[in-house]
Amino acid sequence: MRDRSFASSRILIYLIVSLVAAAWLAPLAVVVLNSLRTNEEIAQGSMIGWPQHLAWSNYAAAWSGFCVAETCAGIRPYMLNSALVTIPATIFSTLLGAVAGYAISLWRFRGDSWIYGIVTLGIFLPQQMRLLPWTIVLRDTGLMNTLTGLVLIHTIQGLSFTVLFCRNYYVAIPQELIRAARIDGAGFFRIFWRIILPLSPPILVVTVIWQFTHIWNEFLYGVTFTTGQQQPVTAALIALSAAVADIPQHGVQSAAVMIAALPTLLIYLIGGKYFVRGLTAGAVK
Amino acid sequence: MAALSIRALSKRYANLEVLKGIDLDIESGEFTVLVGPSGCGKSTLLNIVAGLDHASAGTVEIGGRVVNDVPPKDRDIAMVFQSYALYPSMTVRQNITFGMECRGVAKAEQEKALANVARLLQIEPLLGRKPSQLSGGQRQRVAMGRALVRDPLLFLFDEPLSNLDAKLRVEMRMEIKRLHQRIGATIIYVTHDQIEAMTMATRIAVMHRGVVQQFADPDTVYRYPANLFVARFMGSPPMNTVPARLEADAGGPVVVIGAGRPDEVRLRLRGYDAAAPYVGREVVFGIRPECIAEGERVFSGEAPIIVNAPVEMVEPTGAETIVLLRLGGEPAQARISPDVRPAPGEVAPFALDTRRICLFDPETERLIA
Repeated sequence: MRDRSFASSRILIYLIVSLVAAAWLAPLAVVVLNSLRTNEEIAQGSMIGWPQHLAWSNYAAAWSGFCVAETCAGIRPYMLNSALVTIPATIFSTLLGAVAGYAISLWRFRGDSWIYGIVTLGIFLPQQMRLLPWTIVLRDTGLMNTLTGLVLIHTIQGLSFTVLFCRNYYVAIPQELIRAARIDGAGFFRIFWRIILPLSPPILVVTVIWQFTHIWNEFLYGVTFTTGQQQPVTAALIALSAAVADIPQHGVQSAAVMIAALPTLLIYLIGGKYFVRGLTAGAVK
Repeated sequence: MAALSIRALSKRYANLEVLKGIDLDIESGEFTVLVGPSGCGKSTLLNIVAGLDHASAGTVEIGGRVVNDVPPKDRDIAMVFQSYALYPSMTVRQNITFGMECRGVAKAEQEKALANVARLLQIEPLLGRKPSQLSGGQRQRVAMGRALVRDPLLFLFDEPLSNLDAKLRVEMRMEIKRLHQRIGATIIYVTHDQIEAMTMATRIAVMHRGVVQQFADPDTVYRYPANLFVARFMGSPPMNTVPARLEADAGGPVVVIGAGRPDEVRLRLRGYDAAAPYVGREVVFGIRPECIAEGERVFSGEAPIIVNAPVEMVEPTGAETIVLLRLGGEPAQARISPDVRPAPGEVAPFALDTRRICLFDPETERLIA
């Protein structure tokens, strides 16, 4: 009796979980399927359906042939733009966050908790609220419509999260370690480099995944501060759908979306287990 | 030469005065133990000497040089921490040589110093390991190696044994003492454990509420505690301190415990001339548990003073029996022979050694005689 009720509750749980998973995966499935169907096929049938034969040519077109904003080079240049923004901004914001988190957690100074509070306040400010200040900054620095401008924005905005992550990780490192190193004659950066950084891989992996995903997927700053050839891929995808407004090109668009989503998917597949582990694990034992 | 001189040192955090005018002179080669209950300021004092914390007022001199504004690395000190503070990602070898690396010592010299220390502490087989692969005692040894390799003017130890289990603690205690005898280093050692202080120190500074209560060699601290705090803090079980009254008759001063009670105790004092002004007044009578023994005990050939006292509780420890008894109605502990086991509730005879009594002023709590 007991076994049967146990089994039936199990079935119920699996049923619910499967339904939720299906709901979440449905959009992805539609995009994946459409990316493999020809335009005619989609036009004749509906948006939802199995590909009759696999149209890999969609990917080739999306990658390097399709016309976006009067240039016919596919999304390849925009992917490159995204990489040129995301990779440096991820590295800079992670390193700066690590140094700042280390300073705030292990080198107590007057006003340290205030600085920590102000930096992490950035997490709670809506993105739209920061558009105007950034407009002024980019205008005055001459970085409007440049990738460097986006790197600057993402590095600084990213600090809120990277400082939060790193500070909370480093705060578990015993103060005596710093004291011992100071007596040994090591300074701020030597202690960071030789003692703290070697303890940091778990939190650095978390921070890099977080930053990379967020910066790559970011859309608002990209579409606001860059135009034409300078746009990151998220903004370019919109231009792509605008360009094909007369004849819908769902197949190619879906393929472009798939390509654009690939880097963050890969990062998650490679580092996902570290991400979950790093967020839950205690720092140094 | 004074290895360390501390003058009128005080430390204040907002409204809290942690150290109140500390003066200490420590000679070269001394093993000084700063001992006191937690919160007495001993670790703060050590951190100020190390340069890890700043004094609010006063000066610190190391080797004749005022170091108030000298950073820790230039003070010619080495420190061993309670948590050992070994660098987790470095091997034992790197842990020990890190300080020399920071100071730019030549590689060959580093190797030589490392080899010496590793031999001294017998940690040669551990040099390639990470701290996480070491036992508590081994970590302790490596932490000491890191300090020793520097050959500094001053070694600072901050409760280095309190993370070890009891057996290992006793072993390491002896080892540190042996090390001190061998290399003759000047050591300042902070602990809350009065037994560590008694066994290792050449001089003890007993601290309480930010003040050095007494600074003297262990025998003096034990035999002549400067005040009631020291008397009760040093020794285990602590000194019995009971209210009493000092009277005098033709034979000289007499301490009366529980005056007027049927079981009042009268003890004649010899050689307590300093107590004369207190005749006719209340005092605090102090006697070490080992000065109260079973009735048959003879203390150094003199006719023993026997007191009959009710036994409240008996704690056999194997090496001795601790008895909780009433002395003129006041609770006191006695240390008697292990094979003597008076029954709780019975009135048993006890021999008192009155040559080592302490008298304290009940107002100032200072030692009278």
